[in-house]
Amino acid sequence: MTQPPRSVWPLYEVFVRGKRGLNHVHVGSLHAPDDEMALRNARDLYTRRNEGVSIWVVPASAITASSPDEKDPFFSPSGDKVYRHPTFYSIPEDVPHL
Amino acid sequence: MSDEHNAYDAIMSADDDERHWAFGTGFDDPLSGVDRSIPSHVESADLVAYCLMLADDALVLAQRLAEWCSHAPELEEDVALANIALDLLGQSRLLLSRAGEVEGAGRDEDALAYLRDEHEFRNVRLVEIDCGPGPGGDFATTIARLLVFATWRLALMSQLAASVDPVLAAIAAKGVKELAYHRDHAAQWTLRLAGGTDYSRERMIAGLARVWPLVPELFDSHEIEERLPGVAVDPATVRAEVDEVLDTVFTAAGLDRPEVGRLAAVAGRTGRDGVHTEELGYVLAELQHVARALPGATW
Repeated sequence: MTQPPRSVWPLYEVFVRGKRGLNHVHVGSLHAPDDEMALRNARDLYTRRNEGVSIWVVPASAITASSPDEKDPFFSPSGDKVYRHPTFYSIPEDVPHL
Repeated sequence: MSDEHNAYDAIMSADDDERHWAFGTGFDDPLSGVDRSIPSHVESADLVAYCLMLADDALVLAQRLAEWCSHAPELEEDVALANIALDLLGQSRLLLSRAGEVEGAGRDEDALAYLRDEHEFRNVRLVEIDCGPGPGGDFATTIARLLVFATWRLALMSQLAASVDPVLAAIAAKGVKELAYHRDHAAQWTLRLAGGTDYSRERMIAGLARVWPLVPELFDSHEIEERLPGVAVDPATVRAEVDEVLDTVFTAAGLDRPEVGRLAAVAGRTGRDGVHTEELGYVLAELQHVARALPGATW
């Protein structure tokens, strides 16, 4: 019996929200034949130690990423603008949760 | 293997969550606070036998699924099948411990798993046959068996969660959530294999035909179950539910229910009576040989 040629499943990126986390955090990637199976594979690969309560999977091809070549023009300009942090205000005593 | 409660204690302490963040937190012991006394109207030997039936189904299938480790079509599926095997092993351990406790002869879960012979295993024959990765099957055959098994066991456990034995009820309640996922996983793959290529569809149809002769046995009422009303679930009562679920999957997948006769009983006896196919011997040899060669070994 001849096997049909193997094709490679598409790559997905996985984001998991932990029990006490407020946002989904990137935890890794996986291969899956389609979106639904990607969600299930993510459950099996990334939440088997009781880490999560919610999962997002995103086809890696749908992510537009900044490139290391653009690092300087993208990120260096903000490196010397410390005044963008709100540290120049005096906080009144009676304002909670700051 | 018998330090389960200590292991839970070590990772359950609520005050050091931060230290264990990488492993997840909030584990629970499914049997915490459950009354372990034996219900008064129950014959101990019957309850032991019933626990062994349910335990052996899970133990033997866990061993069969573990054979896929490093052989599954993709790494992701390797982990998925191993997770399912570990869920079933967990169910089996709780049931074997309960059997040992009710028996009161000093046998623990290890003694019951490793030191019983083939004729003392009470699993249905469906779980013992080679459905791949050995020559008896392939991934589709494994999925076909898992679909039938998880659907059947989920229906049983859903009823068993109302058992008058609080330990069986608690074990069943835990199993229901696991089995719902197993059934979903198998159904998802059934749809994809049946609806994939001509080749995958052919394998799915062949896989169902391979396991189908062992399906009717799942619904045979056994005298042990009949002697435990309120404690045990009569499998004949879940047949309609299982048929309905399987028909739903088959319809969605465009598959026909296989038309294959049942594998005959041997002088009226089947897996539940300790009468097995020769394939169980190979499973048990692999499962038990280290424990028997090195009695009492720890590592």
